Amino acid sequence: MPRDDGIGASVRRKEDFRFVTGRGTYTDDINRYGQTYAAFARSPYAHARIDGIDTAAAQAVAGVVAVFTGDDLAAAGVNGLPCGWQIHSKNGEPMAEPGHPPLAQGKARYVGDAVAVVIAETRAAAKAGAEALEIAYTPLAAVASIRAAKAAGAAVFDDIPSNNCYDWELGDRADIDAAIAAAPQTVTLSLVNNRLVPNAMEPRSAIGDYDTATGEHTLFTTSQNPHVIRLLMGAFVLGIPEHKLRVVAPDVGGGFGSKIFHYAEEAVVTWAAAKIRRPVKWTSDRSEAFLTDAHGRDHETTVTLAMDNDGKFLALKVITDANMGAYLSTFAPCVPTYLYATLLAGQYTTPKIFAGVNAWFTNTCPVDAYRGAGRPEATYVVERIVEEAARHLNIDPAELRRRNFISPDAFPYQTPVALEYDSGNYAGTLALATKAIDYDGFKARQAASKAAGKLRGIGFSAYIEACGIAPSAVVGSLGARAGLYESGAVRVHPTGSVTFYTGSHSHGQGHETTFAQVIAERLGVSVENVDVVHGDTSKVQFGMGTYGSRSLAVGGSALSKALDKVEAKAKKIAAHLMEASDADVEFKDGVFTVAGTDKSVAFGDVALTAYVPHNFPHDELEPGLEEQAFYDPKNFTYPAGCHICEVEIDPDTGVIEIANFVAADDFGNIVNPMIVEGQVHGGIAQGVGQALMEGCVYGEDGQLVTGSYMDYCLPRADNLPNFKVSTQVTPCPHNPLGVKGCGEAGAIAAPAAVMNAVTDALRSVGVTKPIDMPATPSKVWAALNGA
Amino acid sequence: MYAFTYHKAESVADAAAKVASADDGVLMAGGMTLLPTMKQRLAQPSDVVDLGGVASLAGISVTAETVSIGAMTTHDAVANSAEVKQAIPALASLASSIGDPMVRNRGTIGGSIANNDPAADYPGAVLGLGATVVTDKRSIPGDDFFQGMFETALEPGEIIQRIDFPIPKKAAYVKFPNPASRYAIVGVMAAETASGVRVAVTGAGPCAFRETAMETALAGNFSPSALDGVTVSPDGLNADIHASAVYRAHLIGVMAKRAVAACG
Ligand SMILES: Cc1cc2nc3c(=O)[nH]c(=O)nc-3n(C[C@H](O)[C@H](O)[C@H](O)COP(=O)(O)OP(=O)(O)OC[C@H]3O[C@@H](n4cnc5c(N)ncnc54)[C@H](O)[C@@H]3O)c2cc1C
Repeated sequence: MPRDDGIGASVRRKEDFRFVTGRGTYTDDINRYGQTYAAFARSPYAHARIDGIDTAAAQAVAGVVAVFTGDDLAAAGVNGLPCGWQIHSKNGEPMAEPGHPPLAQGKARYVGDAVAVVIAETRAAAKAGAEALEIAYTPLAAVASIRAAKAAGAAVFDDIPSNNCYDWELGDRADIDAAIAAAPQTVTLSLVNNRLVPNAMEPRSAIGDYDTATGEHTLFTTSQNPHVIRLLMGAFVLGIPEHKLRVVAPDVGGGFGSKIFHYAEEAVVTWAAAKIRRPVKWTSDRSEAFLTDAHGRDHETTVTLAMDNDGKFLALKVITDANMGAYLSTFAPCVPTYLYATLLAGQYTTPKIFAGVNAWFTNTCPVDAYRGAGRPEATYVVERIVEEAARHLNIDPAELRRRNFISPDAFPYQTPVALEYDSGNYAGTLALATKAIDYDGFKARQAASKAAGKLRGIGFSAYIEACGIAPSAVVGSLGARAGLYESGAVRVHPTGSVTFYTGSHSHGQGHETTFAQVIAERLGVSVENVDVVHGDTSKVQFGMGTYGSRSLAVGGSALSKALDKVEAKAKKIAAHLMEASDADVEFKDGVFTVAGTDKSVAFGDVALTAYVPHNFPHDELEPGLEEQAFYDPKNFTYPAGCHICEVEIDPDTGVIEIANFVAADDFGNIVNPMIVEGQVHGGIAQGVGQALMEGCVYGEDGQLVTGSYMDYCLPRADNLPNFKVSTQVTPCPHNPLGVKGCGEAGAIAAPAAVMNAVTDALRSVGVTKPIDMPATPSKVWAALNGA
Repeated sequence: MYAFTYHKAESVADAAAKVASADDGVLMAGGMTLLPTMKQRLAQPSDVVDLGGVASLAGISVTAETVSIGAMTTHDAVANSAEVKQAIPALASLASSIGDPMVRNRGTIGGSIANNDPAADYPGAVLGLGATVVTDKRSIPGDDFFQGMFETALEPGEIIQRIDFPIPKKAAYVKFPNPASRYAIVGVMAAETASGVRVAVTGAGPCAFRETAMETALAGNFSPSALDGVTVSPDGLNADIHASAVYRAHLIGVMAKRAVAACG
């Protein structure tokens, strides 16, 4: 009998009780004795020279405690925010890496760039103080788009007149050009991957605190990776050693990547708290979030696929321009390079691939990893061009994919773009998905729609992603300035309950349940008797945090290794208690037995013995039962699958309705199917949002046009159908749990499926000119009417 | 939000007096429009006079000819009123399409009309049904009430007490919502009334307006096909990232036909 709370059980999320009853503790719920409030004065201009800041009027506002500008921070020796990844251009030169002061110095470079901070007794006084600041700006010409960045003229940084951050390549351009020139068939598409605003439900917040007695700094912050923040902020920005800097990321209400990065506000409140010797709290309001949370995507790409006459892929060439925004956010440079170009093989055997990527500075909010990061962009390019190829060759899109899939017996499979896929069965998930959506019945449904005056289309997305980032040695060789392992410590308490300390961080994913299930399965304790602790550098020894669907694949593997050690020690204690040799002891369902005897001892008794070691093998073992492990992955994991979307368009209005959406995913082994399903649903919703609704728009002057929910359209429940989701299990062969990761799949797969369906529907009435995301009603109507 | 002085009005006269005596006083109904602008520090009234306690301003009464809705009646109350659903179902359905449940439970018809957002729904009903706006000073015909973007015939301090809707023979409101805000990009109220056909459009222009060419076409033949030959000019219509003027002009035609069809 498998446990009802072990691996494979849909255990209800332990953490949800506190969340749904409003008793979570988010950063803004925390208040420190003597706390002050910070408000940031932000540039109203996309690009402006700061000629001077007169703080007198702000200082005079009742309740204002302190005012600091960029010059004050510079004078105090505060450094700029570091970038965590260095890319080299094709000519070997390191990327352009301009400084990123926490408060602007000399120039403001995007609307929302923090120029000064006002700290006051109340939030209202701080805001009043910030408004009272007299900041003399000279507006400068704004570089508001990739097009503007490439054009000769205004520069975001005086010493980077080209606005180019790097010009990077993967593959042999001449070889691929020759292959394309010689190929019997080619298709080309130009695509925009629209800029997105992350919109976590909980806005960012940070509290700096300083203990004058011990000299310890504490930062409470909305982060996906508190240890990374401690490292970046402590070592690079403020010069505080780890033992004097505690970073706490308590309950965090959604991140989607936007809370990976080290933000200016974190450094400013930590520094200011020590300076004024009082805690300083800042909480973003929604308008600030739109302006300053790192945005996602923003690529412009031209892709060419070369094939033989049977549709066998011969070569793929991808030329991409990526918008970095005004400064390099923490992981920005790796997103359009190593997280993108390395995925351009998709699920296919394309033998030759070339990617050329230029990254550009613009006077817009910095862009960085957002749910999927690089992989959604790659999937979008590959799956749009494959669908285009199917139409060009008049081959069924499912059949064209099958002709080019890497076959299940070809693993491990070395792609031409650096990665070695570990396992997979792509024809398997395609078959699951086509069955689920009744692909054979599509033509009849399309005819029925037509009879009702509607246009119906169907679109595929056979995606792959690289998750579980990543082998430290590999990423180090690619420019990462950190390792990407994970740590975990299993503390067994005297009565057998367990606390697990993990460097992974949960901001909605349900780790408190999933990790507890892994422990329950292994040690035979119930999930109620397991607590998971994360998000506090003073409790967890170290961690790289949660992003890239890595928590279970990397953090769970560290847990598994720590459990190996716990089990090994517990076995020895049990052997001693049962007067048997270690080798004869077996452990199952929480009970140690000796083979061939009726001797047994329960896990709880072993735990008690470890802490009350009256009868204990002191010569061999130390008392106590707690083990830590670090796990550095051997490879990425490669979740993959097939999503199919069916849309119906009202030609009178251009409104698109998603008629059907199916997802067949392969995430390897699954610990909690309900949580996985929830992650897939959320991911698809975000992917549909990108395809049909979400589009961040800056005006030519660099003003954010979509600065609120009046104009920025997030998907709502009534925009979505009931998804049909299913999974296939091809275990990951190189991590102990055989798991691959599921957090980003929906957001990676869905945009291409939706847009392939939309373009298919448009083609049914002869409209072949592609449209870009978001496919809003007005765009669809314009396309249908030749506009 | 900036600091302000809060007043709870006892009566319409009390509210008028309190606004008049303030430096920069403002009436508050549901606060759904006023409070966000104050929170974003776009509005800085010295005094806020809350109409929430003035019982005489809320409520619905229906006679054989007229549905009267008090200014402080919430969208939710109108949407769910059995009497309104019976007398003018189009009005109840319009109210049910406004915002979300929170907004419908706070926002009021008086606030909506006084505010005269170009994308608001109720102006379409006031104009399309030929309603009369009754204030503490006078009665204003709906046709004269909406004067421009966020501009109405109200004088400073004038308080809307109720809106009287003559019951039409038939009417329907069809809305094309902005995907993001779900306000109207185009909303059309089509009605056959005792005094003739009315077609009112909201969302598309600076404020709600009547589409007289459509009214003429429908006068002889109140059916969707009567609108086939009627084209709407995009001149003067709103354009933004969600919809061009040309698209709005097109949508007026589509929504008008659907509204006429929905009249049955
Ligand atoms: C999220 C959201 C979504 C929305 N969606 C829609 C939508 O889809 N369609 C739509 O039409 N509207 C929508 N609205 C607006 C909503 O209908 C508001 O309730 C309405 O516009 C204002 O009504 P109120 O009662 O809240 O007025 P308030 O905000 O209190 O007041 C608005 C203005 O009217 C004045 N005022 C109020 N009452 C009177 C009176 N009796 N006499 C004179 N002046 C008065 C006030 O002084 C103020 O200037 C939405 C609002 C929100 C917040």
